[in-house]
Amino acid sequence: MGTIQPKVEEPADEISLVHAAKAGDISAFEELVKRYDRNVFRIAQHITQNREDAEDVVQDAFLKAYQNLKNFQEQSKFYTWLVRIAVNEALMRLRRRRPERMVSLDEDIKTEEDSMPREVADWSPNPEQLYTQGELKEILGKTIQGLPPSFRTVFVLRDVEGLSTEETADALDLSIPAVKSRLLRARLQLRERLSKYFKNRTGGDGKK
Amino acid sequence: MTCSDFLKELTDYLDDSMDAQTRAELEDHLQWCHNCYVVCNTTKMTIEIYRDSHLYELPDDLRGRLRSAILTKCKCGAAPAESDASSPSAHAEPDK
Repeated sequence: MGTIQPKVEEPADEISLVHAAKAGDISAFEELVKRYDRNVFRIAQHITQNREDAEDVVQDAFLKAYQNLKNFQEQSKFYTWLVRIAVNEALMRLRRRRPERMVSLDEDIKTEEDSMPREVADWSPNPEQLYTQGELKEILGKTIQGLPPSFRTVFVLRDVEGLSTEETADALDLSIPAVKSRLLRARLQLRERLSKYFKNRTGGDGKK
Repeated sequence: MTCSDFLKELTDYLDDSMDAQTRAELEDHLQWCHNCYVVCNTTKMTIEIYRDSHLYELPDDLRGRLRSAILTKCKCGAAPAESDASSPSAHAEPDK
């Protein structure tokens, strides 16, 4: 069975863009914005689950990055540093929106779902073909929205945006075992929920 | 190896970050345990379907608007070094 490989994108000229932006070259910073605005938007939307908040997060994260560029020590990739800023901005918005529930990435939450699989029916070979694009997006959106923010964030950075485990730990200020534990539970919980939609109904052997 | 041992290693297995011997033990378990085979396969599909979903893409018009706003704020606000922050009325370039 094949494995999942993260997407690797590390433009060689990035460090010179960062140096130029640090020296005040706004067009170099614009290039960095162009390079990463889509990723920051996706991450922000996944964490906040709100379009307006995500737009604000994109603006605030890039502005904060620009203002603090001189503090960027270049020990990590610029993108990892930017993601850390964006995640913090997004969590701040989420806390403001849901003050009744503390939102933290440090807490190792116990959910009502444990990690033991219950749905073990195999999937239809092409779940994408069972639904229209819009329907599929709605299913995926609703499913991921139900995860606790700390699981959702780790899953999105690691599996959707393709950061390595180490980069995810660095961006979220978590230990590597904490990232792995959240990632496993996020993957299994999403799988469990999606299985309810995608399980092969003809001749499937799945039982509750 | 039990199913619960297998589950604990699932993330490292899918990410291909384990030694050859552990990998061989997991693959041996997959040979005969149908449930773990299905869980492994559908977890992999879960990851792929999210990765390819283009959920929350940034539309071009919104992208242009956000970029203009960011650059305007950067030009108006505090600059990172000795840059030209002396033009508070500077407009961002329109989206190209």
